[in-house]
Amino acid sequence: MDTRAFQRIYTKIEQITKATCTLKATGVGYEELAMVAGKEAQVVKIMDDQVTLQVFAGTEGIPTNAEVVFMGKAPSLKVGDALAGRFFNAYGQPIDGGPEADGEEREIGGPSVNPVRRKQPSELITTGIAGIDLNNSLVTGQKIPFFADPDQPYNQVMAMVALRAKADKIILGGIGLTNDDYLYFKNVFENAGALHRIVSFVNTTEDPPVERLLVPDMALAAAEYFAVDKHEKVLVLLTDMTLYADALSIVSNRMDQIPSKDSMPGSLYSDLAKLYEKAVQFEDGGSVTIIAVTTLSGGDITHAIPDNTGYITEGQLFLRRDTDIGKVIIDPFRSLSRLKQLVIGKKTRADHPQVMNAAVRLYADAANARTKLENGFDLTDYDERTLEFAKEYSRELLAIDVNIDTEKMLEVAWELFARYFSQAEVGMKQELMDKYWPNGN
Amino acid sequence: MKETAQHTHGKVSGIIANLVIVRVDGPVAQNEICFIQHADTQLMAEVIKILGDKAYVQVFESTRGLQPGMEVTFTGHLLEATLGPGILSKNYDGLMHDLDTMTGIFLKRGEYTLSFDMEQKWDFRPLAAVGDKITAGSWLGEVTENSIPHKIMAPFKLEGPYTLQSIAEPGAYGVTETIAVLTDSRGKETPVSMVQKWPVKKAVKAYQNKPRPFKLLETGVRTIDTLNPIVEGGTGFIPGPFGSGKTVMQQAISKQAEADIVIVAACGERANEVVDLFTEFPELDDPWTGRKLMERTTIIANTSNMPVAAREASVYTAMTIAEYYRSMGLKVLLLADSTSRWAQALREMSNRMEELPGPDAFPMDLPAIISNFYSRAGIVFLNNGQTGSITFIGTVSPAGGNLKEPVTESTKKVARCFYALSQQRADSKRYPAIDPIDSYSKYLEYPELLKTLNEQIAPNWAEQVIELKNILFRGKEAAEQINILGDDGVSIDTHLAFWRSEVVDAIILQQDAFDEVDSRCPLKRQKYMVDKILDVTDTALAFDGYEEVNPYFKRVISALKQMNYSEFETPKFKQYEEELRQILEERKTG
Ligand SMILES: Nc1ncnc2c1ncn2[C@@H]1O[C@H](COP(=O)(O)OP(=O)(O)OP(=O)(O)O)[C@@H](O)[C@H]1O
Ligand SMILES: [Mg+2]
Repeated sequence: MDTRAFQRIYTKIEQITKATCTLKATGVGYEELAMVAGKEAQVVKIMDDQVTLQVFAGTEGIPTNAEVVFMGKAPSLKVGDALAGRFFNAYGQPIDGGPEADGEEREIGGPSVNPVRRKQPSELITTGIAGIDLNNSLVTGQKIPFFADPDQPYNQVMAMVALRAKADKIILGGIGLTNDDYLYFKNVFENAGALHRIVSFVNTTEDPPVERLLVPDMALAAAEYFAVDKHEKVLVLLTDMTLYADALSIVSNRMDQIPSKDSMPGSLYSDLAKLYEKAVQFEDGGSVTIIAVTTLSGGDITHAIPDNTGYITEGQLFLRRDTDIGKVIIDPFRSLSRLKQLVIGKKTRADHPQVMNAAVRLYADAANARTKLENGFDLTDYDERTLEFAKEYSRELLAIDVNIDTEKMLEVAWELFARYFSQAEVGMKQELMDKYWPNGN
Repeated sequence: MKETAQHTHGKVSGIIANLVIVRVDGPVAQNEICFIQHADTQLMAEVIKILGDKAYVQVFESTRGLQPGMEVTFTGHLLEATLGPGILSKNYDGLMHDLDTMTGIFLKRGEYTLSFDMEQKWDFRPLAAVGDKITAGSWLGEVTENSIPHKIMAPFKLEGPYTLQSIAEPGAYGVTETIAVLTDSRGKETPVSMVQKWPVKKAVKAYQNKPRPFKLLETGVRTIDTLNPIVEGGTGFIPGPFGSGKTVMQQAISKQAEADIVIVAACGERANEVVDLFTEFPELDDPWTGRKLMERTTIIANTSNMPVAAREASVYTAMTIAEYYRSMGLKVLLLADSTSRWAQALREMSNRMEELPGPDAFPMDLPAIISNFYSRAGIVFLNNGQTGSITFIGTVSPAGGNLKEPVTESTKKVARCFYALSQQRADSKRYPAIDPIDSYSKYLEYPELLKTLNEQIAPNWAEQVIELKNILFRGKEAAEQINILGDDGVSIDTHLAFWRSEVVDAIILQQDAFDEVDSRCPLKRQKYMVDKILDVTDTALAFDGYEEVNPYFKRVISALKQMNYSEFETPKFKQYEEELRQILEERKTG
């Protein structure tokens, strides 16, 4: 969009709702940015000379004679190396007391990568967490959310993953972050000596909710700059995308759109996909990987937000408290990394896929045994052994405080197989069992 | 359509997301294509509603920056596909623009590339002779496209009978050169080249009739071919919650199916999934011809981040390409992942136009739209007596995994095969997660199919399949009883019934899509394994207590699994077969 040499100023708003105001104006482009009484707003509807603006901070206190200035451009961010190490708000303005970051101005929410210019992701990201590296290996260019109830330590796990991931840049998109969590991220990154690799766009719970809609686009515009222009490996953290979707529904309700499931807009799938699909691996090594958080209510993944997310992302990581061991684990049943087959057994040891599957299968048998027990039935010897196995598996591999390399994870798994089961019960390819089954059995 | 009339013009008057309202100065047609002039680019759009002098158009691009007053030019035609040699191996966007010839890393608005090279020369061989009666779709000649005999046909748009007045000599011709001249009853001449256009939302009807399908289409997926087969010219759909294996299943079918041509429509799904195809298909071999898979494949990619309006178009583009190749007498397999995204695109637009919504805010006419689309598949007898077919399999992504929703329900009414993916099976990694009891193939009710099955596979095949299903059914009942009464509250026979169905599940139903050997199971091998398994399940076995049943069957399953992982009929395969025989000997009675 071209920036106009002079800006026209309007002072007659005809209609004001909670989130929007409408006025007569000409020469205005769709999605153009405007300032309404000093507040950022964006064109969301044009009907002849009637222009409707969505005011991000809400319309509270805006008078009908407020000054409306059209900026002649869509919302944008100045991208450049100066972004590194900085904290910004949803509009890309500094909140760390530093100066405005200088750089080339780029529109946010820009076009998609031509799919034929993508490369198939194949670079393993290791985290030391076996619930991820063993069962749900991640690769650069992937998009995957944590599904977690609000009381789970998802931000802590995410920060840990980010720091271990060996990314060139970490872009934090904080969407309705509590102030405490904001400070937590800041501290963790600072203590790890990683601040120079971090760029943050933060909207806290104190900020207006509709502003949140800008955060992921800002974060992803910055990410694209580093991945495309600088060929860097960029990791984007988006937390909490449920609050993003909530903000979408606030806007669409106020614009009188027909809601679909769970009062979410009918376009929720496309709206979320536009963001998540920014995850990409390029030929030249640059990549954008997105790790997000989608908080659930009461573990319900059929709600429209996690449901649409699951249909878009390349798997999901489920956090759950395992009461048997008193720790948070990455649930092997509902968790899935869909890109894992691009790397496991190829970038990792050949037995990886089968070990992973066998362990999960046995863990499922343990779940069945537990159901039997709860229904008051006697357990067979095999049932007993699966229960023992499940506990150890959970403690030694699934718990989020595990930090070992992948080879070690495989060894631990073989160890557990041999401790509790016969080869026939484990039921893998014979060659693998011949090679890796621990001696002495 | 007003093909020759003066083009209508208009001006943008309103913009809401990708719905643009245009004031027009002349006649416009529903679904007519227009271009909006934005700076130095032209953005393509389609008329979806007309009210007085206002045309409501859906723009196939982002509308950022559009302003009232911008010029709009109407083209006088509907959304059309350009058809001709050079389509195979291409990667297209939803409007059939070649993605590979676009410039830059990012998609640029208004960059509309040609569907194939208009300069390329093809070796033409005439098939028709001067004086022949010609109708739409008649084969005039042939070129070789990736080793596939590509028929050059009389345009599908022809109406009435024509006579072939002249035809080009064998030789190399450019696609736009005239290779034949036709005359109608009044002597009016129509020159024909290798290229023709067809409006994608209209079915190509250049055939005699559409019989009921009667021949199995081998996919190499056991749970489909053996239990609920799809047929040449059949329709099927795969509904399932996210992560249950729809895409993996479709990709397996696209690699292995016995088809001449495969068209994959990636409709509103992940870009990385089409990248899988781009990356793997040029490398992988077509198991039927030994040539590279990409040679028989065309990919239509409108991924979820690409413009929503083009998503709807993408499935029609794909269907039109399929119809084009079917008219050449080829076996075409069309896959769309996911048809729910297409339905959602319709919903977004319908909501923006403030139409009265139907169930779940989908448009009222959704069932009609879906059924109309599925009806374009089928096996046909062409006017020259040859057959061609389009087998169509779509995935459905029901909200919350709940099959009681409009897209699933509307599809169920028209698709004849139902492959229900179960969350529970996916969670316990029993892939492919097709529920064997809920799923069905209506084609198994067709006597003409049963007849060819018994010819194609074995005379007793149909009965064997019924027996397998019974075993699965009895196993399910047994599992329920064991759950209610406990292991020691039921007879050993109940345990046996359960474990026999576990054998069928583990060896026939489950199949590792990522294992080089197991991923594709040819019919012959399927037949062999079914015999083997029925042998096992027919064997009377003696046990002293129920505790012995589980470990014993685990060994049976393990031996059979090793067979699945071994190349068919190799020494290794036979070694595990022998192992199985010995295990059975241990407890065989009588
Ligand atoms: N036959 C199979 N063998 C092994 N693994 C499988 C198989 N089918 C599915 N999977 C596993 O399940 C994952 C999800 O499968 P897939 O991507 O096909 O799901 P989907 O139903 O298409 O989901 P969505 O609706 O979200 O697109 C795969 O990445 C793979 O890990
Ligand atoms: Mg899929």
